[in-house]
Amino acid sequence: MGAHHLKTESRAAWVMVTPALLGLTLFLTLPFFLAVILSFTNLKLGSPLPVQFVGFDQFKRIFADPSFLRALANNAIFAVVVVPLQTVFALCLALVINRPLRGMTLFRTLFFMPVVFPFALIAVVWILIYAPGPNGMMNAALEVLSVGAWEARDFLHDPRSAFPAIMLMSIWQGVGFQMVIFLAGLQAIPSELYEAASVDGATKWRQFLHITLPQLRNTIIFVILVTTILAFRLFDQIQIMTHGGPNDATTTVIFEAVRSAFERQQVGRGAAMTTVFFLFVLFVTFLQRQIVKQEREIE
Amino acid sequence: MNIYRNVIAYLLLGAVSLIYIAPILFMFVGSFKPDENVLLEAGSWKAFFPESVSLQNFFDVFSRVNFSLFMFNSLFITLSIVALGLVVNGLAGYAFARLRWRGRNSIFALIIALMIIPFEAIAVPLFYQMTYLGWRDTYIVQIVPFIVNAFSIYLFYTFFIGLPKELEEAARIDGAGSMRTFFQIIVPNSKPVFATVAILTFLTHWGSFLWPLMVTSGEDVRPLPVAIAQFQTLPPLQWGDIMAFGVMLVAPILVIFLLFQGWFIRGVAATGIKG
Repeated sequence: MGAHHLKTESRAAWVMVTPALLGLTLFLTLPFFLAVILSFTNLKLGSPLPVQFVGFDQFKRIFADPSFLRALANNAIFAVVVVPLQTVFALCLALVINRPLRGMTLFRTLFFMPVVFPFALIAVVWILIYAPGPNGMMNAALEVLSVGAWEARDFLHDPRSAFPAIMLMSIWQGVGFQMVIFLAGLQAIPSELYEAASVDGATKWRQFLHITLPQLRNTIIFVILVTTILAFRLFDQIQIMTHGGPNDATTTVIFEAVRSAFERQQVGRGAAMTTVFFLFVLFVTFLQRQIVKQEREIE
Repeated sequence: MNIYRNVIAYLLLGAVSLIYIAPILFMFVGSFKPDENVLLEAGSWKAFFPESVSLQNFFDVFSRVNFSLFMFNSLFITLSIVALGLVVNGLAGYAFARLRWRGRNSIFALIIALMIIPFEAIAVPLFYQMTYLGWRDTYIVQIVPFIVNAFSIYLFYTFFIGLPKELEEAARIDGAGSMRTFFQIIVPNSKPVFATVAILTFLTHWGSFLWPLMVTSGEDVRPLPVAIAQFQTLPPLQWGDIMAFGVMLVAPILVIFLLFQGWFIRGVAATGIKG
């Protein structure tokens, strides 16, 4: 044993991690650095022109491109609208479902179900829900709710309603995911805290403000982080439901990147767009770490 | 007071449930209705209660497109990623959690750092890499890049690090090497983490859309999500067929979900723990 044993253990460890390291190097690290390098070139697939280093030209160009600027704005709008709505809605559902009542697992299953549905399928079903004319399900439902005041519209082809329609569908699909994370967070709160508060005569509302919310702080920050990043990854729904239209009303950063690299073969330009996207993800993650760290230092 | 609160809770959940049931039921019911009735009745209660039930739409899907091929492609690609991923990521997670070797901590820190790179950030250069290798329109291009996953390694690591030391000591006294210890002692004692990783991986790749859309141009290796998007634009527009396609696309994952929903929910909640 001893030194010999350590040597065989170390050899075994390298055998075990080598396939994983190989995969991460070839299919994650390499493309990651390639993204940065390609974004400084004019690479275009099938182009006879030689590949050139063009400095920051791609970045200058995409930031002068109205479609890309619209995409950035759309992602930002999506984040600003969807993240708070979805987080609050998910927290409310989690709080209600966390009550020790009959049938709560059934509700949890139902609200979580769209999370396991492939996005392509949800998008296709919702195209039909948003069908134009009074026969469409959404139009009919809004007509009933507004007692006949609603005028049927073509949600996905109307520049005013196309993006809100996609946001609504995305909230519907994603809320179960955040709800489940909140439920796990709620169940981790020691019940003694609530018992002590009840003894002191604190109302349910005060318990929520002074126990639940502070205890859930890091979970809430995490959920906001994940939902914000998801907002900037928006692609499947756009590709299937509106293809970025009408008039760029629903275009997004990833949609523009795929359109450049894949439909127009402009790999350098697409890479510049995904590099901007990654810098944003990095910034949001860094912000979350800082907030969580501060809190830990205060404690 | 408490009864009052509970009634409100049920009323609230009941109202939200309607919003959740409607689109799902709409799809299932639509798949059994004559094509022209699906859109025609979408705005009335008939959207959820069919007057007649027929399997015609399902037969139509099979006669209009090569559905069996798409289903096979999706199953083959997803199950390959899951199976190979369990072995490769499980072994790596074990080496990081339980074995002593030089460089372990720094390499592990690098892998944790890699977790924040979303797939979309590398999709374009990966697409270029695959084009360069001539891998487009193959199964390999849809499987190999996704076997290793930093987050799976992390999940295995956190589980293995909590296992009792005695497990391996008995094996070591018997003279078993690390590889044998892993497969004979660790794996049978770690079913929860294997189930969690398998389910999360299956979920992610069964619905995968962006990547197969970029790398497949023909039907030969096209998976279901890309196939349904294309089917939806295939004339003549027949909503009953599209809903039937959707039902068959979601059926496998829905069955697995309803059978193992505890694992699904624990698996997804596990993604929240790292915060």
